[in-house]
Amino acid sequence: MANVSLRKLNIVLGGKPIIRDLDLCVEPGEFLVLLGPSGCGKSTLLHSIAGLVDSDSGAIEIGGRDMTDADPSERGIGMVFQSYALYPTMTVEDNMSFGLRIAGTPKAEIRRRVDRAAAMLQLDALLRRKPAQLSGGQRQRVAIGRALVREAQVFLFDEPLSNLDAKLRAELRRELKLLHQTLGSTMIYVTHDQVEAMTLATRIVVMQGGEIQQIGTPLDVYERPANRFVAGFLGAPAMAFVEGTLDAQGRFEADGMRYLQEDASRPAGRSAVLGIRPEHVAIQPDGDFVGEVTLVEPMGNHQVVWLRRGKATLASLVHDARSYAPGERVAFSIDTARVSLFDPVTGNRL
Amino acid sequence: MATLRLTRVTPYTALLPMALVAALGYLGAGLWTFYISLTGSRTFPSGHFIGLAQYHRLFDNERWMLSLHNLAVYGVLFVLACLVIGFLLAVVIDQNAMWKMRGEGVFRTIFLYPYAMSFVATGLVWQWLLTPGDGIDGGLRALGFHDLRFDWIVSQDFAIHTVVIATVWQMSGLVMALMLAGLRGVDPEIWKAARLDGIPAWRVYAQIILPMLWPTIATVLLLLATAVAKLYDAVVAMTQGGPGIASEVPAKFIMDHLFLRSNVGLASAGAIVLLVPVLALLAPYAYARSRKEAA
Amino acid sequence: MKMESIVPPLPATTPVAAPRKAVRRARRRWTPARIGLYVFLLGAALFFLLPLYVMIVTSLKSMDEIRQGGIFALPHAPTLAPWRLAWSGVCTGAACDGVRTGFWNSVAITVPSTILTILLGAVNGYALSFWRPRGANLLFGILLAGAFVPVQVMIYPLVRVMALAGIFGSLPAIVLVHLVFGMPVMTLLFRNYYCNVPHELFQAARIDGGGFWRIFLQVMLPMSLPVVVVAAIMQVTGVWNDYILGLVFAGRDNMPMMVQLNNVINTTTGVRQYNVNMAATILTALVPLALYFVSGRWFVRGIAAGAVKG
Repeated sequence: MANVSLRKLNIVLGGKPIIRDLDLCVEPGEFLVLLGPSGCGKSTLLHSIAGLVDSDSGAIEIGGRDMTDADPSERGIGMVFQSYALYPTMTVEDNMSFGLRIAGTPKAEIRRRVDRAAAMLQLDALLRRKPAQLSGGQRQRVAIGRALVREAQVFLFDEPLSNLDAKLRAELRRELKLLHQTLGSTMIYVTHDQVEAMTLATRIVVMQGGEIQQIGTPLDVYERPANRFVAGFLGAPAMAFVEGTLDAQGRFEADGMRYLQEDASRPAGRSAVLGIRPEHVAIQPDGDFVGEVTLVEPMGNHQVVWLRRGKATLASLVHDARSYAPGERVAFSIDTARVSLFDPVTGNRL
Repeated sequence: MATLRLTRVTPYTALLPMALVAALGYLGAGLWTFYISLTGSRTFPSGHFIGLAQYHRLFDNERWMLSLHNLAVYGVLFVLACLVIGFLLAVVIDQNAMWKMRGEGVFRTIFLYPYAMSFVATGLVWQWLLTPGDGIDGGLRALGFHDLRFDWIVSQDFAIHTVVIATVWQMSGLVMALMLAGLRGVDPEIWKAARLDGIPAWRVYAQIILPMLWPTIATVLLLLATAVAKLYDAVVAMTQGGPGIASEVPAKFIMDHLFLRSNVGLASAGAIVLLVPVLALLAPYAYARSRKEAA
Repeated sequence: MKMESIVPPLPATTPVAAPRKAVRRARRRWTPARIGLYVFLLGAALFFLLPLYVMIVTSLKSMDEIRQGGIFALPHAPTLAPWRLAWSGVCTGAACDGVRTGFWNSVAITVPSTILTILLGAVNGYALSFWRPRGANLLFGILLAGAFVPVQVMIYPLVRVMALAGIFGSLPAIVLVHLVFGMPVMTLLFRNYYCNVPHELFQAARIDGGGFWRIFLQVMLPMSLPVVVVAAIMQVTGVWNDYILGLVFAGRDNMPMMVQLNNVINTTTGVRQYNVNMAATILTALVPLALYFVSGRWFVRGIAAGAVKG
């Protein structure tokens, strides 16, 4: 396992700057997830680490060696693509061993690596098949196997689960996590799915518009989002935002309704946006606030109850089976220790 | 009910022209030609049945055997040259698309315009180009290459090769267009995966891309092979089968014997013989296609 | 609360070792491979453009210039006389009034054949993809197979039938023959096109009460402009460039330009007038070439749609 370090990376594609002055350090053995919406540059970043996209300036280091201009095959990496990119006319075995054969690896060594990867990914029975005869999940495993046999220092994943259906996605997600635990290699993973990011990552890099919004552990990024974008991107249902003002004592009010009580630790005398997650809104008879139920979404093991208070709409995660009717007025509380406050203009955390 | 019945019948009546053309124009005409080949017809079809005698005469005919030999030589050279040139051009243009070279549309126009010209026009232009003394032959000498001669078009052995040059010029662009369409269907992530595996570009083409392009190549082969069997216009325009009969081809043999030498029976036998390899190529192709559609 | 620090502080010195075996990839533009590609492309372009250049250049020279100069030389004193002669003066077998009669004959043959063949091809394609009557696919298969078969297999019986019907050598005869031999490709084009139209559209039209012809004329045909354009280009090119069918079926009165051209060049006695020949060739090839240069992309679309599936 090796580290990856990017310094002042700039990538311009088709005349447009995609990545601007980016610095990133990936620790050896960690599972780093690049998370962001389409077009935020995460795939481009991954491709430039792989050497498939040229950077215009900046340095890329893998395992302590400067790889900025190195060929993709010389960087000591393995990569798994979104569309698997398996060679359609070759068997699974040939797919996995092709690169090794070209590199002149001895036959015995190729055999050992292929068998090891096949065992790890339960591909033993499929070695003689062609990609067209495999299911989506099996093809994805072969793609992972092809990366594994390179016995690389760093593994790159480009949205590998997006072409699979939901159930298969969850299954393979867990297998990937197990794989990381078994191998311990450094893994860099690109996705737009925040569930994948939360469950797989040791650290998440949230990106938007070619720039890093926040780096942190899943818990960090979820509980203490650095700005409004990160706060809204993670968590489902999304965090609710209420625009209002903080008075001199730290009380938060929005259209005449109080949300937060005095607290000297809060910045005072300014406008702010209050962010509240659904799991921090509890419907209880002795709650401090009153709201009207507008919509109820039953989810099986929980319900999402949408409440309106004044002009604000809040969601509440409810774990009991009590039924709520639209129009009903209920009392609720907010866990004020877990809320976030943001600057209305910059979006940054206060 | 009247409307219901009409709706069920109308498709059949609408397809009547197609049925007539297929059954009479193609199938019927082919069967009639086969029938004539079994008779002793000279200028007009006669009912005089002589079995396979015309076929015996055909294969004793020196001109026919020469035409078959010419077609074989022509066929191999033509198909190979078109495939190689068409494929290389397609690869070069596709690669340049990846490197964003400008002018790709211009190059495609340059290579495909000959296909818009008829075989006759092609043959005539190349006849002029290859005229001994005034054509390229003379042009080379004017440039200073005094010992070089390029008089294939009047030589016994190489006249058919000049037809190869002209028709390859005309058809390679088509092969290029078809191969390019095939190349464009290749998932670009396969290229990325191959780069990562450290596979050199020529091996990617040889061991990954070409096998993937097999359906396209099969189609191209079928088109080229049938074009070979149909070779007529270009020969008539370029060499008239000459010098003498040095560049005679089966289609011309058949046409000459139908309309000039008044030997309809012999010509029909020739037509049926020409038909056999075409059907032999069509059958597996159609079978493979229908299996793929059923799957 | 302060904003989370985004970048963990880098160690003071990060060792940057010299690149191992890592090949310093020549990212700059002119690698040997790229130069080779350009050279090949340029060479091929020359080979393809040479005949066009020679054709044009020869047609603008006088015969003296041709005899003296090389074939590649530009004309010193360009003249349009060969063109005038080719258009209205050369002898084409029967008469000596140039290829212009052939031009108008070709127009007279091409226009009706194109219109009729496209109409029939459209109806066929429509019936085949939406209605699928019994036995239609078999007939279509025969039609397609026929397209690959050399025309010599069918030609003599067609001649006999035309003669018996008394129309051999007339304009309707040649138009009919082009109809027969153009039907396979036209039907294929339209069938492929209609197969890509969602079947639900057809079903909705039937529910709305449409019958065979009404749906064709009011729903399908109006949406068929792209394929009609492609079909027209292919059919016009094919009929205009045809030689063998025109030779056999058109007769002397309707001799198309392509047949005339071959007569002009290959059956004259005496001194060959290369400049007039080339001018005549250009005049004859002008219609499809112009069509191609104007509509290149549609041409390619036609090839892909017709040839690939076939």
